Formats: sequence, structure tokens, C-alpha cells
Amino acid sequence: MTQLNEPLISLNNAGIYRSDRWLVRDVSLTLGSGEILTLIGPNGSGKSTTAKMALGILKPDEGSAKRRKKLKVRYVPQKVSIDWTVPLKVRRLMSLTGHVTKDEADRAMNLTGTLHLANAEVRTLSGGEFQRVLLARAIAFKPELLVLDEPVQGVDFNGEIEMYELIRKIRDELQCGVLLISHDLHIVMAATDRVICLNGHVCCSGTPMNVAVSQEYKDLFGARAASGLALYEHQHDHQHLSNGSINPESNPITFVNQMTNSKQSSKGDKHDG
Amino acid sequence: MMDDFFSRAIIAGVGVALVAGPLGCYIVWRRLAYFGDTLSHAALLGIALALLFQVNITLSVFLVSVFVSLALLILQRRVTLSADALLGLLAHSALAFGMVALSFMTWVRVDLMGFLFGDILAVTPFDIAVIWGGGLLVLIVLAIFWRSLFAATVNLELAQAEGMKPEQANIIFMLLMAAVIAISMKIVGVLLITSMLIFPAAIARRFASGPEQMALMAALIGVIAVFGGLFGSLQWDTPAGPSIVVAASIFFIITVLPSAIIEIVKSIRFNKVKNE
Repeated sequence: MTQLNEPLISLNNAGIYRSDRWLVRDVSLTLGSGEILTLIGPNGSGKSTTAKMALGILKPDEGSAKRRKKLKVRYVPQKVSIDWTVPLKVRRLMSLTGHVTKDEADRAMNLTGTLHLANAEVRTLSGGEFQRVLLARAIAFKPELLVLDEPVQGVDFNGEIEMYELIRKIRDELQCGVLLISHDLHIVMAATDRVICLNGHVCCSGTPMNVAVSQEYKDLFGARAASGLALYEHQHDHQHLSNGSINPESNPITFVNQMTNSKQSSKGDKHDG
Repeated sequence: MMDDFFSRAIIAGVGVALVAGPLGCYIVWRRLAYFGDTLSHAALLGIALALLFQVNITLSVFLVSVFVSLALLILQRRVTLSADALLGLLAHSALAFGMVALSFMTWVRVDLMGFLFGDILAVTPFDIAVIWGGGLLVLIVLAIFWRSLFAATVNLELAQAEGMKPEQANIIFMLLMAAVIAISMKIVGVLLITSMLIFPAAIARRFASGPEQMALMAALIGVIAVFGGLFGSLQWDTPAGPSIVVAASIFFIITVLPSAIIEIVKSIRFNKVKNE
């Protein structure tokens, strides 16, 4: 198919203007199959807005947003509140926007460690459980594009690393493109191919290592974040139990402090802030 | 069987209940109880216009309801007012316009009570055809768009991102609501339509474990309320439309009461323990 090399999504100088100000402006990005792209930035920097443009939820007021035709998308929004008047069990949530077989749903729930919640009422879930269930729903469908807006909210620290590892595993398996949004810096860096730093506009972008040492990144997140930053690099230092959870006997956290303050030259893109 | 006015009332009432139940679930889920009220207020304007232009009342009510629904959709996007304020504006505007229009037609003697409370005992075979034909159409459309409508109800942005076309689903929902108001107006009257939508869904919520199940249960509960109300009205010679709502209301109280009593008993016991 000729479509194969076409990016899944591409934003071209896109911006959103609301109530007399630009929420985000001049954002250009492309995401291809099998790639993990992470948007990082402080609160209000336009990460979610950018994702919504990419998804077609918001139409850019300037520039353009394109998606590949008939793209199979699954989205885990930052905040989903389900009205308690709706009777909804986890299993029914799995097929909310498209049919998935029981096996596919079970497998996805197993991967995220939520299979035991299959018959639970959605409104009784904790924040972390709900987040995992939403991720299970997204991957059960085997999407071509996965958009995850702060997927580790309410998930504890060890769970966080697990989640990012899982996202990587899913990418490897499905060869889908992943657009990830995060405000925590170090853990997410290891799980991503490319990073875009946002603060109302694209501050810098590149590989995680290049962005982490760039001046723009330091300006954005402060010297403390930059100097104290430990990059978590993926190392499989723990064992999984048969149900997908981690064996507590194994040591699940390893930090490899590869970050020094070496004067590695920044490969960040142009910065006009 | 169709010759008997009471049988016709049962058949008509069951038809309305079967449609109002599933649609009522969406009214409850989307917290749109006042939307039903708004459309039924608008129905009065529909009646006035029908009399003025000598057209079919059901059609006229449907068109006015559609107009009001679309006005709501447009206003929601343009005006920075909450949905309940907009619904209030629309409801009372439509009601006032309806009353004023009726007052101009001094030659028409309108049985206002009939429109407010309906007259289920006077339904004709043609009315039944409208109710069942229209109702079946509404249910078919609802079934076709069920997934996207439900997804849009649970989360609009999620539905939008995943290609469910929630805006299209919302417009269809508004049209279905307008259709239900139009076809059921004669049965239960404009003031009681909302209760046919809300009561069965509210009762079903307590027992349902899934959305589809809740819709089916609501339809069934509506049917039970129609039977209960109509036989009650026959027995005690009470007005038919309100009797149906009274039956639904009693049904609701019965389902809520046991757990309410348990709660009260529990809290009394708890206080006793605390005080000791």
C-alpha cells in the first residue's frame, strides 16, 4: 500500500486561539507507525491541546492538522469522569467505541493487571485502577495510533515504570504510533523515541538525551530539574508474575545516572521564546 | 379488540412506554430531565401553530420540537450560558408564544386540560398506528446509533477522537426526542411526557448492571406502569394519564423504600452504639 510511509498524524504550524489568547501556536510534528513521541512541558503549556488537535477534537485556528484516512485511533484522555447514573462495568467499557472480542479484552486487561476488575462497576474503581482500565480498553482494539494523555496519573511510582514499559511493549507488538503526554520528566524519557518540549510553542525537540541536555529544556524546567535529573534507562531488572504484575521479591527500580552536566551540544530545534 | 376504547388505551400506552423507556435512559444519563420539559412546553406552541395553519398536530409538534432542539444545539455553541439556563429560556419562550398564539384564535375553543394531561381513552386506531409506526422507527434508529450515542454520552472527546461522530449522534438524539414527544403527547399530555421518560429509567437504574439492560428494563417498567395506571383508573374512576404517572411513582417509591428504611435503621443503630 502506498499509505505505509505516510505519517499517521501531522501538524503543520498548528495553533488554537481561545478567549483572546493562543493556547498553543506554531506546533509542527509528525508521528509515524512504530514510533513513540512524547510531549512534555509545564502545566498550561498546551500539551493536551496539541494532542486534541492531532486527534481532531479541536480544529486548529491556524495551520493544519492531518490524519491518515480511516486511522484506527484509541485515546486515553487526561480526565474521564463517568456519570454515576450510567451503569457501566469494566467489561462493557472495553467495547465502548468498537467491538472487541472477549479474548482480546481479557488479554488487554491481563497486560495492564486489571483482569480481576472485569466485572467491577467503573465508578467504584480507584484513580490508578481506572487509568489502567482505560489503557486496557485502548490496547484491546489494537489501534494504529494510541494517544495517551498523562497515562500514569494516580499510578504509584513502581506502577509508573511498569506502565511505560508496557506502552513500549505494546508499540513493539502492534507497531502502532504512540503520542504520549507527560509532565514527569525522567521516567518517560526512557520510554520514548522522540521528545517535544512545549511551552505554548515548540521549545525544543529531538531524542530524549539531546533534549535533556539542551539549554531550552533547562530554562523550561529549571536548573534543579536539569541538574538533578536522572535518566531512567530501560533495564529489565525485575520479574513478572504470571498475572502480569511484578514479583515483589525482585528489585523493580533501577536508575542509571547517565546525566552529567557535560557540555553536550544541544540539538534542540529553534527556540524563539 | 381495537373496538374497545380501553384496549386501545392499553395498546397505545404500551407503545409509548416501549419507546420512552430506552430514550429516557439517555435523559437520565445525560442529566437532561429539563430537556423533556422544554420540548413538552414547546409542544403547546406546536398545537397552536397546527390550529392556526390547519395542519396535523403531531407533525406540527414534531417540527416545533425539532426547531427548539436545534436552537438549543446552536445556542450552546454560541452563547456562554449553561444548558439549564438555555433550556429555561427556550421552554418559557415557547410556552408563552404558544399561549399568545392561542389567545389570538378566539374562534378556537381549545381543551387546554386535554393537551396538558392527554386523553388516552380517546385514542383512535389511527393514533395507534402513529404511535407504533413512529415508535418502531424511533427504536430502529436508536438501535443503529446506539454505540455512538452511548459513547458520546460517556465521554464526548473520547467518542470524537475515536471516530464515533458524537455531534451527529447528538442531533439524531434530539430528533428522536422530538419524535417521542410528538407521538406520545396525545396519550399522556405535555405535562406528563417527562415522567414517562424519567420514571422508568430512574427505577431501572437501581437494578441494571449495564446500559442495554437498563434500557430494556426501563421499557418493561414503563409497560407495567401503563397497565397499573389504566386498570387503576378503571377501578377507581380516576383520570387515565395522571393515573399512569401515579402508578410509576408508587413503583419508584416501592423500589426505593426498602433500602431507605435499611439506611435509617442502620444510622439509628450506629448512633445508639456511638452514644453508649
